[in-house]
Amino acid sequence: MKKTAFLLALLMLVGGVLAGCGGGGSSSEEIVLPVHIGSNPDTIDPALNSAVDGATLIIHAFEGLYTLDKDGVPVPAQAEKVELSDDELTYTFTLRDGLKWSDGTDLTAEDFVYSWNRAVDPETGSDYEYMFESIVGYQDAREGKGKLAVKALDEKTLEVKLIAKTPYFLELTAFPTFSPVQKATVEENGEQWALAPETYIGNGPYKMTEWVPSSHIVYEKNENYRDVDALGPDKIKFVLMGDPNAVLTAFEKGEILFGDDIPTEEIDTWRDKDEFYIEGQLGTYYISFNTQAEPFDNPLVREAFSLAINREFICREIGKAGQQPAGAFVPTGLRDADPTKEFREVGGNYYDPSEAAYEDNLARAKELMKEAGYENGEGFPTVEYIYNVESDGHRLIAEALQQMWAELGVEVTLGSQEWNAFLNTRKNGDYQIARNGWLGDYNDPISFLDMWITGSGNNDAQWSNAEYDKLIAEIKASSDPEERFKKMHEAEDIIFEESMLAPIYYYVDLYLMSNKLQNAYSSPLGYKYFMYATIAE
Amino acid sequence: MAQYIVKRIALAIITLFVVSTFTFFLMFLVPGGPFLSEKAPSPATLKALEEKYGLNLPVTQQYKNYMLRLLKGDLGTSLKQRGREVNNIIATRFPVSAKIGAVAILIAVTVGVTLGSIAALNRGKLLDSIIIFFSTCGIAVPGFVVCTVLMYILGLKLNLLPTFGLTSGRHYIMPVIALAFYPMSYISRLMRSCMLDVLNQDYMRTAKAKGLSQWKALFKHALRNAILPVVTYLGPLLAYTLTGSFIVEKIFTIPGLGDSFISSITGRDYPLIMGTTIFLAFLIITMNVIVDIIYKLVDPRIKLS
Repeated sequence: MKKTAFLLALLMLVGGVLAGCGGGGSSSEEIVLPVHIGSNPDTIDPALNSAVDGATLIIHAFEGLYTLDKDGVPVPAQAEKVELSDDELTYTFTLRDGLKWSDGTDLTAEDFVYSWNRAVDPETGSDYEYMFESIVGYQDAREGKGKLAVKALDEKTLEVKLIAKTPYFLELTAFPTFSPVQKATVEENGEQWALAPETYIGNGPYKMTEWVPSSHIVYEKNENYRDVDALGPDKIKFVLMGDPNAVLTAFEKGEILFGDDIPTEEIDTWRDKDEFYIEGQLGTYYISFNTQAEPFDNPLVREAFSLAINREFICREIGKAGQQPAGAFVPTGLRDADPTKEFREVGGNYYDPSEAAYEDNLARAKELMKEAGYENGEGFPTVEYIYNVESDGHRLIAEALQQMWAELGVEVTLGSQEWNAFLNTRKNGDYQIARNGWLGDYNDPISFLDMWITGSGNNDAQWSNAEYDKLIAEIKASSDPEERFKKMHEAEDIIFEESMLAPIYYYVDLYLMSNKLQNAYSSPLGYKYFMYATIAE
Repeated sequence: MAQYIVKRIALAIITLFVVSTFTFFLMFLVPGGPFLSEKAPSPATLKALEEKYGLNLPVTQQYKNYMLRLLKGDLGTSLKQRGREVNNIIATRFPVSAKIGAVAILIAVTVGVTLGSIAALNRGKLLDSIIIFFSTCGIAVPGFVVCTVLMYILGLKLNLLPTFGLTSGRHYIMPVIALAFYPMSYISRLMRSCMLDVLNQDYMRTAKAKGLSQWKALFKHALRNAILPVVTYLGPLLAYTLTGSFIVEKIFTIPGLGDSFISSITGRDYPLIMGTTIFLAFLIITMNVIVDIIYKLVDPRIKLS
């Protein structure tokens, strides 16, 4: 009898389940685009986000002064035009007429002033506050002691003063962190403003109508958007999947038309299919040496370890996705002073990363070890390579490196750590050799170079070079593109003269896109643009 | 009974206090921190963030502040999902996991007990061997394999069921099967061995000798005694299953609580680690009390003291 009561209670729970089901369904005329760009985002506050999937969500709900077109070129967006002073240090943006927030209220130049200062304010706690470093007043603003030199001359005019000529400044204004946010809403709701559709007020092409954490986010056309008629789907449903196999299954079933993840073991099967895309990404997979501790305080040893790596083998057998063996740190895909040339093309490789050159590289590596006093590895201590456990790829690369370095007669042990502990170990320099990776923030090589100045928070190598620091400071103050790029090449030269790190490959961005989906595109930073997409029948 | 319950509640409070204290100090011993990322925040930002969330204070002070807030039922705000309150995360995610978990347990218990009993009654026969085979598989096969196989066959190849979300009754089928698989197999094995044990008892022979039909003897005497170990297993099972499974929820894109247990730890999201741990501890304690009471109902000989 009592057991029956217990079972009845359970049955009631089941009843609850069934009652909770059903419903849903949308009108047949509405065009809904279901896509996957990542799992549940931690935040979609433009100032707080530093993730690629978060950025995609933000560029659909917000719009900066400029935006990037299909070719990655900045084009006017909320701004109608910009005027540059003769010294190119003052940008005067004129906003378009009739700009509105998604709640129908007016958007003015003052909104940009508020938002940019908010992003830099330490109280906000933004990882990306350094994106504003080219603006006058940045140093004080980031300490909470002043404001950026950004002024609303009137409701439609925004004046920005820069410390030095910044050729990529317009591109920066298209970066998610530079999006305007509505002061009243943010101040009234605190950090919670970016969690609910009612308070997530934007100025972009779409607006959020639903967010079920770890399930989905639905965006709908923003009728107050300046160019609402040009938009594609009525709704975009971002399915927040966390498992690559689930993404692939849903894609194969046609339940999503775009998938930003694919299981590594499936890449070979998909490589030749026309719905599988490999795009270059601004990023480098590399190895950090702890340059402050023996034996890697010796540049000869570091160079030997770098040359003993067969990069093409790693790309082909482990990466498997068309990664490009890296012969330098700044990846391909970045323009040089002459915009028709790539930075990498001008700078060239610092060593030949191809498999054909491997034997020669290895021979040179052995000589270097001899020069350093460790002929055939004799007298060389056992060292440890650490990696994070979250991806099998990191482990496989670690094992490959271990074998490659064994050719030098040295013994390398492998250590794995969980991601957060790993970040901590690397940051504190409690390691000898560590896996590392860096994704650029904008289309300029400085995004890969300024991280190596003495004491930088991202300088995991604990490296310090006065000449390098001086060069970076000069680059940042320089107003002549020719000189800037010349110095950036010089800076990269120093990195390799010292062999401070060992690049492995340049990242690629893999995704699945249905043939039905047209006019959706991806930027070199990995952001996906669905606002102009159309779905073929 | 009332005295027993009061005693258990007092014990529960002490247990919760001990669990939260241990967790609090242990989690600060783990290297890393909530604001570490591939792109390091500036020292000023880091300082402001630590001040904002009180992480700059000595750990003992932080502990005191936390416990005082906990007394008011406030579990704090997530450090990773900026702005989201831990109370809110648990309140919205737990019901989702609990719904799926409850159905899964119901199925696991009903099917498991039935299969276990059938196997015991057919000891040594083909049916017994088949049940043993499948229940052994069920225990040995890891959860993610079950999920992936279900998804591949039912979701993709036969195209019978949707593979993500929870928007209709059909969406529940695969996650529920995946969740029920292990406990069902475990219960059927447990039930089989207990039933065998009971069937050999003297009182069963007496019942038969007194002319009770086989079914009546089975339901009135055997089942009631054999099910006790299953009831014991039910306590922790309920607590763990109702709070969701990381793997099942990840594979089927279910917005449940299971994911928060893991992501809070990997992200060093201290308030969420505390919140989920305290909540799970609370559930385990509660379920154990309920199980004890059920125990008494099933077997009146047991004294609750």
